[in-house]
Amino acid sequence: MEIQHHHTDCNRPLADGSLVACLDCDLLQRIPEVPPGASVRCPRCDKELWRHKPDSLNRTFALTLAALVLYLIANTVPMLGIHAAGREAFTTVVGGARQLWLDGQQIVSVLVLFAAVISPALQIGFLLLIVIGCQWERPPAWVGLFLRHLHFTRTWSMIEVMLLGVLVALTKIADYATVILGTALFALFALVVLLAAIQSTFDPREVWQRVRWAEPEAEISQVENAEVKS
Amino acid sequence: MEHGLQSCHGCGLLSRPAPGAHEGRCPRCDEKLEFRKAASLERTMAYLIAAAVCYVPANLLPVMTTNTAGGSESDTIMQGVVLLWSPTGWPLSLIVLFASIMIPSAKIVALLYLVFTVKRGSIQNNAQRVRLYRMVEIVGRWSMVDVFVDTFTVSLIQLQPLMSVEPGPGLLFFAAVVVLTMLAVESFDPRLIWDAAAAKETKHEVQHA
Repeated sequence: MEIQHHHTDCNRPLADGSLVACLDCDLLQRIPEVPPGASVRCPRCDKELWRHKPDSLNRTFALTLAALVLYLIANTVPMLGIHAAGREAFTTVVGGARQLWLDGQQIVSVLVLFAAVISPALQIGFLLLIVIGCQWERPPAWVGLFLRHLHFTRTWSMIEVMLLGVLVALTKIADYATVILGTALFALFALVVLLAAIQSTFDPREVWQRVRWAEPEAEISQVENAEVKS
Repeated sequence: MEHGLQSCHGCGLLSRPAPGAHEGRCPRCDEKLEFRKAASLERTMAYLIAAAVCYVPANLLPVMTTNTAGGSESDTIMQGVVLLWSPTGWPLSLIVLFASIMIPSAKIVALLYLVFTVKRGSIQNNAQRVRLYRMVEIVGRWSMVDVFVDTFTVSLIQLQPLMSVEPGPGLLFFAAVVVLTMLAVESFDPRLIWDAAAAKETKHEVQHA
């Protein structure tokens, strides 16, 4: 049976939905169902294709809410201060980017803002929308849109790198002045831990298997194929 | 690819393009689909050349200038590493040396090696080459550390007229190296590593048939 599509550039799904090609080596294979906690790796290149994470969505929801609170704290209160020559000065993450801008390094300033403030915000926001959307039995197609772009926000979100940078900067500054650690610094440390925890609890495959397809007709045809097969 | 199927980078779904088509869209997540990342080797090389060009001023120009009552002093990245070296600061000094100088150059060399072996149609060490690619992908982001060091040093030390620190012209080039090498990694398609062996196998089967 040939299915008619409105959009001619849309690919047709395969009858067997568990068939995949490894994204690192293109080996065609079937992902088996494994117990929670176990992972499936590509036999040829050893890429992790799927890790079955138990209670993924509930845990991710809780961790992401906590991450949101910490993110808001980290970006509103002072992060670092110095005490020197009878004066005190404080800065936040945004304040660091602002000073670069004022000193004529606008491009680097925007990059710092993007990697340390904007990308983490997008990452947390996308995750929240995804888990909220998954409260439906069949999550709407926009959940897929956010999940598809989650990888980009993770690549450019560099809070852990920034913290290492802060540590080095503090060591340098400690030679000239007394350093004061602000509340935001501790919030950022906790945020890094939470983001790592989210990484190990969130299971994108579970969402992809439930989400409504961008092309509803293609989805129907896959269901029909599966029924014919069984 | 040899089965005429495309897998989605957004959601992992495997699907069949319309007859005769080389591009399509994923029916599940609407991502644009191709058999291989478009012009992967060319784009990777372009980013690498740009990164290598920026690498020179990034290391020669100062990234930071310290103004005190006694005058001003400019430091390059390497001078920053040396300044940090002390009985207590040496571990951090090593980290900065590693993240700012070794990683960017190792990344450029590793990607050049991957592009050239794919171009030559190498069928050896495929598993090691894909592992190298994944390592470059994971480690690369840590090069940004020096950008953040300079950002927070500059923003904290503003004690005019006693002492102030301002960013130097090298910082822009250094940040460019980090971003360009990250884009080079994103453009490279690791599946190309395996294509030469697959092509050889198909040719072999055709000869035997």
